Amino acid sequence: MKVKPLLLGVLALAASAGASAKTVELLNVSYDPTRELYVEYNRAFARYWKAKTGDDVTVKQSHGGSGKQARGVIDGLPADVVTLALAADIDAICEHSQQLPKQWQQLLPNNSAPYTSTIVFLVRQGNPKGIRDWDDLVKPGVSVITPNPKTSGGARWNYLAAWAYARRKLGGDAAAQEFVAKLLKNVPVLDSGARGSTTTFVQREIGDVAISWENEAFLVQKEFGADKYEIVVPSLSILAEPPVAVVDRVVRKKGTAEVAQAYLQYLYSEEGQDIAGRHFYRPRNPTIAAKYAKKLPPLELVTIDAEFGGWAKAQKTHFADGGTFDQVYLNK
Amino acid sequence: MAAVFARALATSPHAAGPAPRATQDPAWVRWTLTAVALLFLLFFLVLPLAAVFTEALRRGLGAYFAAFRDPAALASIKLTLIAAGIAVPANLVFGVAAAWLIAKFKFRGKSVLTTLIDLPFAVSPVISGLIYVLVFGLQGWWGEWLLAHNLTVIFAVPGIVLATMFVTFPFVARELIPLMQAQGADEEYAAITLGANGWQTFWRVTLPNIKWGLLYGVILCNARAMGEFGAVSVVSGHIRGETNTMPLHVEILYNEYNFVAAFAVASLLALLAIVTLVLKALVEWRHAQSRTL
Repeated sequence: MKVKPLLLGVLALAASAGASAKTVELLNVSYDPTRELYVEYNRAFARYWKAKTGDDVTVKQSHGGSGKQARGVIDGLPADVVTLALAADIDAICEHSQQLPKQWQQLLPNNSAPYTSTIVFLVRQGNPKGIRDWDDLVKPGVSVITPNPKTSGGARWNYLAAWAYARRKLGGDAAAQEFVAKLLKNVPVLDSGARGSTTTFVQREIGDVAISWENEAFLVQKEFGADKYEIVVPSLSILAEPPVAVVDRVVRKKGTAEVAQAYLQYLYSEEGQDIAGRHFYRPRNPTIAAKYAKKLPPLELVTIDAEFGGWAKAQKTHFADGGTFDQVYLNK
Repeated sequence: MAAVFARALATSPHAAGPAPRATQDPAWVRWTLTAVALLFLLFFLVLPLAAVFTEALRRGLGAYFAAFRDPAALASIKLTLIAAGIAVPANLVFGVAAAWLIAKFKFRGKSVLTTLIDLPFAVSPVISGLIYVLVFGLQGWWGEWLLAHNLTVIFAVPGIVLATMFVTFPFVARELIPLMQAQGADEEYAAITLGANGWQTFWRVTLPNIKWGLLYGVILCNARAMGEFGAVSVVSGHIRGETNTMPLHVEILYNEYNFVAAFAVASLLALLAIVTLVLKALVEWRHAQSRTL
C-alpha cells in the first residue's frame, strides 16, 4: 500500500520535470457577493502568474452563503483557498476538520483580510419611508430585509452593526437586545444568503429597506440603475473584514501550495487592490483607497475586536444555539 | 388466454369506447368544475411555462443563444447528460430485474424489498443528498479512507451520479411491477414447457409484453434525472463549470442577475419536459393500440 503513492509521486515528478509550462487549477470557495470580483481578479492573477512563472492557472469558483460554504469545505469540498465573509467561518473549518493551522489569521497582512467592507442600507427610489439611520428600521410599518445570521455571514455583520449602534445610543447590552428584537419584528423573510436577500428586495420587491453589504448595494445600483435604488449610509456601522486563507491540507495533497499562496498575496498588490475597489470593496492600500474615497467615503466604523471581543466570542454570545439571536427571534 | 383476459382487465374504461355519463349533475355544475380545472391549469402550468420562454427571449434570439455559448452552461448540459446517461440505464437494468423478481416469484422478504424500492420517493431529496455527504464526506464514515486513496465521490461527478441514481431509482420498477403482476406468469410457463431457456423466455416473451410500460418508465426516469435539484445541490459543491448540473446552473445565473441566461437554460429544461410529455403521450397511444389488436 505504501509503494503505490511513492511510485505515483515519482511519476508525477518526472512528468512535471519534463513539461516546461504546466496548467494549474485552483478552487476558490467563496461567499455570495464576491462573484463579480473574483471573475475579474482570476483573470488578472492568471496574467500575472503566466508572466512570472510561465504556467497557466485557471481558478474555479464556488459561491454560496458563507456558513454553508464553510460546511462544504469541512465535508471535503477540495478548496485550495477559502475567501469567506467572516473569520468565524474559517475558524469553524479549523475546529471541525483541522485542514488549516489555528493561527491562520496571522499568516497574511491585515488580519488576512485584503479588502474590507461595511454595512449600509439600500432603499427604493426617493427613499419613500425616509430611512436615515438605524432608528428608522425599528419604526412600526417599516419592512426590513436581511438574511439569516445562522447561514449568512453578511447577516451576522448586519446584526452586530445594529447591536453596536443601539448599545452606544441607548447604553448597555439589554437595551441593544431589545432594539435588535424590535428590528427583527420588522423582517418579513430571512433568506439563507446575502444574494438571496438582495433578490428578494430587488426582484420580488419585498421590503422598504435592505440591510446590505456596501459592495452588494453598489452592485445593485450598477445592475438595475442608480435611479431605481438609493444607498443610505448610517451614522455608525461596522468594519467588515472578509478574510482569506490557504487550505493547507488540500494544497499539500494537490501540490498547489505555492500558487495558492501567491493567489492570496496578489490580492494585496496594487492591481488586486484596484480590482477590489472597482467592485466596491474598500481597499487596504491607502493610495488605492484614496482613489475610491469619493464613492466609498470614510464613516465611523466599530470593529469586531474592540466592540465584541473578536469573532469567537461574538459567535458564541450571539449566534450559537441559545445565543441572543435565538432568544430574540424565537420570541418574535 | 389468461394474458389476453388480464390485458382486457387492465385496459382503462375510456379506451373501450365512449364513456357512459357517470353523473346526473346539472350543466352549470359540470361547466363550473371544468372551468375551475382549466383556470387552475392556466395559472399553475401554462402561465409559468409561458413566463419562462418570455423571459428567455426578452432580449431577442441573439441573447438567448449566447447563453448556450458560455462554457459553464455547456459544462452543465454535459454533466446533466452524463448523470442521466449513467443513472437511466443503471435504473433500467435494476428496474427490470426487480420487477421480474417481485412479479414472477414468491420469496420471503418480498414486501420488504417492495417497500425499499419506494424509499427514494418517500424521503426528501435533500435528505438523499445528505446521506451521501454523511457516508462519503470528509467527516463521514469513509472520508479519510477515500482521501488516502485519492478517490473523490461527493463534490465531484460520481456523487452527482449517485444522488441522481438514488432519486430516480423507483421509476422503472414502479412502472413495471403492476404491469407484470397483471400479466401473470402463464406465458412464461408456456414458453418453458415448449423448451425455451430462461434467456429466450425473457427476450421473446417477457420483454415484448412489457416494452411499452418499460419505455414509459424510462421516459419518466430520464425526466427526473435531468431535472433533479435538491439531492444534487447538496452533493455538488457548486463549482462553476465542473459540478453544476443544468438546474443548479439556472439557480446560479439567476443569483448573478443574469436573468436572460437563467431563463434560457431553464427553457431548455422546459423543452425537455415538453418533449418528455409528447413521448409519453405517444407511448401511451401506441400502448393502447397494441392492446386493442
